[in-house]
Amino acid sequence: MALRALLTRKTLASAPRLGGAAAAASFRGLQTSSLPDLPYDYGALQPAISGEIMQLHHQKHHQAYVTNYNKALEQLHDAMGKGDAPAVVKLQSAIKFNGGGHVNHSIFWKNLAPIQEGGGEPPKGSLGWAIDDHFQSLDALVQKMNAEGAALQGSGWVWLGVDKELKKLVVETTSNQDPLVTKGPSLIPLIGIDVWEHAYYLQYKNVRPDYLKNIWKVINWKYASEVYEKECP
Amino acid sequence: MGSFSLHASCLAQPKLPWSNDCSQNLNSLKLPALDALEPYMSKRLMETHWGEHHHGYVEGLNKQLEKNDILYGYTLDELVKVTYNNGNPLPEFNNAAQVWNHDFFWESMQPGGGGMPELGLLQQIEKDFGSFTNFKEKFIEAALSLFGSGWVWLVLKRREKRLEVVKTSNAVNPIVWDDIPLISLDTWEHAYYQDYKNDRGKYVNAFMNHLVSWHVATVRIIRAEAFVNLGEPKIPVA
Repeated sequence: MALRALLTRKTLASAPRLGGAAAAASFRGLQTSSLPDLPYDYGALQPAISGEIMQLHHQKHHQAYVTNYNKALEQLHDAMGKGDAPAVVKLQSAIKFNGGGHVNHSIFWKNLAPIQEGGGEPPKGSLGWAIDDHFQSLDALVQKMNAEGAALQGSGWVWLGVDKELKKLVVETTSNQDPLVTKGPSLIPLIGIDVWEHAYYLQYKNVRPDYLKNIWKVINWKYASEVYEKECP
Repeated sequence: MGSFSLHASCLAQPKLPWSNDCSQNLNSLKLPALDALEPYMSKRLMETHWGEHHHGYVEGLNKQLEKNDILYGYTLDELVKVTYNNGNPLPEFNNAAQVWNHDFFWESMQPGGGGMPELGLLQQIEKDFGSFTNFKEKFIEAALSLFGSGWVWLVLKRREKRLEVVKTSNAVNPIVWDDIPLISLDTWEHAYYQDYKNDRGKYVNAFMNHLVSWHVATVRIIRAEAFVNLGEPKIPVA
């Protein structure tokens, strides 16, 4: 079927996988996604983020997004095969939500690193200068992101992104599991901070501002710099 | 109930229906029985949910009302509808609606809840959903498929004159569309995380089987019938 040709790895692949994870499973020619491994132990980000939270967040929440994304894709595949347009449209919200959850969390795990591996070390090089240029200081950027993250009603993410067309840094929030690209087609995420309650509740309860203050101790600026340098060489 | 007329600025502490002291007086702040819903909703969770989240919304709202002369005089119901502003909410909406929502939610539950409604309410559910089991499935499915934070409601739709299950996001509730809610379930993660972690399904089932108060729902629909005509009157022939 011509449709099979459309469903290439490029269009459906999740964010690049980490560690020793096996290649995504193939199911009836449909490229499904799988849960990426974390490049560090669940307890490695303590005390900023507890091991209990990391384990639940990765093994339960992210896994659920992956599972439901694959399920929705399978249903989409069937609906497309039958030419069932209403079903195809109906599935979009499940794909956006679960697929977004998978994409966002895959970025999130790379945004974090244990302190011994550079977590919390301020950005150097071109990203560091761009931050100073645009926000006056790293501190000011952190304050801004914390303020926006704390003010976000309900569930969502707060992002530091780069507009690859305008070569500008931006701070944005998205709700639920909307990826950063929903706020602008040329926005590339550098750092995303999950402010869903599941990301901090067991440790910080309702005090989201404390979680935001502490997470910077394990933010992996090296990864953010790599992405930035790729978009703004 | 959430529809009592309370001057919004009088809310010093959020209400909770089950207290150890039967003389529920807003001015004598006796600590309510936060363990009343154990083991389905733990005391520890209630301390955070009622004592921090709900309390936070009340304090936030009071602070906002201090500065706003126009909104100061409204009842809580009016405040919610006015600040919803037809879908373009004012800054006070989030706090006002979440105060309302949590008042309503606590009252939608009771120790020894669950089971089934009876008499007229059961009949109406059977009329609009086919069967109670059907309604229950629909309600649970709505709770499980709600993306992000929000609430699930059993609502009496005023214009359609029928019961429906409705999902809302974040702080939105059915009174902004002039509908009449009968029960609600908080599906924000803070409502269940400490007890059930990510297992929303287990939480929803505990609510349906052990917490939901069909007595309160019955009282609410009785009151609603003063505003909505359900069924046809029996007009004798000759």
